[in-house]
Amino acid sequence: MLPNPVEMDSVVDAIELSQVKGRSLWADARTRFMRNKAAVVSLILLAFVALFALFGGYLAEWERDFVDFSLTGRNAHLGVPSFETGHFFGTDNNGRDLYARVVQGTGISLMVGIVGAMVAVVVGTLYGATAGYFGGRLDGIMMRIVDVLMSIPFMFVLILMLVIFGRSILMLFLGIGLISWLDMARIARGQTLTIKNKEFVEVAVATGVHPIKIILRHIVPNLLGIVIVYATLLVPNMIIFESFISFLGLGVQEPNTSLGALINEGAGTMQYGTLWQIAFPLFFFVVTIFAFFFVGDGLRDALDPKDR
Amino acid sequence: MFSFVARRLAVAIPTLLILVVLSFILMYAAPGGPFNSERPLPPEVLANIEAKYGLDQPFWKRIYDYIVGVVLHFDFGPSFKFKDRSVNDIIAQGFPVTLTYGSIAFLVAIVVGVSLGVAAAVKQNSWLDYLAVGISIGAQVLPNFVMAPILLLTFTLWLGWLPGGGWNGGQWEHLVMPVIALSTSYMASIARITRSSMLEVLNTNFIRTAQAKGLSMRRVIWKHAMKPAMLPVLSYLGPAFVGMITGSVVIDSFFSTGGIGTFFVNSAFTRDYSVMMGITILVGSLTILFNLLVDVLYAWIDPKIRY
Repeated sequence: MLPNPVEMDSVVDAIELSQVKGRSLWADARTRFMRNKAAVVSLILLAFVALFALFGGYLAEWERDFVDFSLTGRNAHLGVPSFETGHFFGTDNNGRDLYARVVQGTGISLMVGIVGAMVAVVVGTLYGATAGYFGGRLDGIMMRIVDVLMSIPFMFVLILMLVIFGRSILMLFLGIGLISWLDMARIARGQTLTIKNKEFVEVAVATGVHPIKIILRHIVPNLLGIVIVYATLLVPNMIIFESFISFLGLGVQEPNTSLGALINEGAGTMQYGTLWQIAFPLFFFVVTIFAFFFVGDGLRDALDPKDR
Repeated sequence: MFSFVARRLAVAIPTLLILVVLSFILMYAAPGGPFNSERPLPPEVLANIEAKYGLDQPFWKRIYDYIVGVVLHFDFGPSFKFKDRSVNDIIAQGFPVTLTYGSIAFLVAIVVGVSLGVAAAVKQNSWLDYLAVGISIGAQVLPNFVMAPILLLTFTLWLGWLPGGGWNGGQWEHLVMPVIALSTSYMASIARITRSSMLEVLNTNFIRTAQAKGLSMRRVIWKHAMKPAMLPVLSYLGPAFVGMITGSVVIDSFFSTGGIGTFFVNSAFTRDYSVMMGITILVGSLTILFNLLVDVLYAWIDPKIRY
């Protein structure tokens, strides 16, 4: 006997219903993030800052290391920001185009922040996941090492290193890479401790999967949410860190520059009334840091619901 | 308690040794000796001077002597650039200055930050709360090297109220800007941490019980909520302290206060390695000591911590 058509329809409905696509964690997080206006606006701002750093150089009408000697001593009158002269942001104290220098400074500052965050993500996550997964004595030793490194005043050691081995961007990256992963390792370890007792990890252990593979396949993907959040919050801290060193004149070397170095230069000349020399780099610095903090906060609310 | 302190010390002392060895190796690896200059000395003279300072000794002997000197006699050796001063003299000159404005800034950051945070939490979602949150978010993007020029511009160049720098024996006019510049961003963080932990504590059952008993709000806050709410703040004090000391480098070079940071930066430019090492080790030991103090305090306040 055939079922009547009405019954048939309800069966079809039921099948369709069961096929409704489940929302993944990431889709959920995206909707939550999109609802946070401050975070979305900040993300757009960050995109503009990144575009400015990447392509702003093509709009510059002057080379960033070209010194206009005709401006020497007359900066306050002739070096003002104007579209006519092509110095959109004015000139710096030496008669160089500030627009081109701010483009480059923003680029270097962003790069430092992102490299620091990447080192933290790769080294910190693997280190923390390894320590947390194996536990016991290995965990004790690995975390003591982190404790020891954390109580060293790294700013001073880094400056010592920069002085001894010469100033270079490579050295700066090395120094920033050395410290940026410490916090991340602690966070990743804490999270791993809760994950490693879950059933899916037990199943993997029971079926004889190699520990390294368990860490990479099963632990690390589940750390990703919290890692992304802290990496985003780490970027502005790394930018502040680099700017601090450059502010002292110990970071990036001329003719290269970074936002910290530009702020320092602008601060040195502000008593002559050339306020734009500090205003433009400061503006980009503040906007970038602000935007990263807000995006990080938004991501935390979106990906780490228990922390609200 | 005693064994807890002993165990923390067992970690702290090797840390300090690692720091000393690390900075010594860095200095040892530095190209060129301290007496290589533009006009080279006659080799015999150079050999004599190096013998006097023990620079002709093998690596192990030198590092041993240095560690013994630092640990037993608190002697960081002679400066490589100043003829008549040892590293100890330089530290003795600069450190009191740094300590003065540093500790004032530290206290200001804690007092203002905690009061702002508590006020914001108690009056959640009022204008006071929004103001406090606004200030703390704004101040987060104003690290000392941004704050310093802004203050200088406002109070010295525009308003002309405060001197632009100098120390002058620590008169208050010379203290205002360094203290504000140094404390702002830490005050902001402390306010944020205090607010969120206070909110959490205020929503717990024992606070509700205290309120149900009819205690006044002031009494509930001071007597019951303050202690648990201060724990996260306490654990932030360690990093804040390190940040303050590091920040003194900027304060000194900006306001010419003549603290330890001036000497650190100057010696960085003149490659006066022994001064740099001495200051690095001093700061490192202070950091380790302070972290130890915070840990002990934490264990003392929080009964949940087993030691």
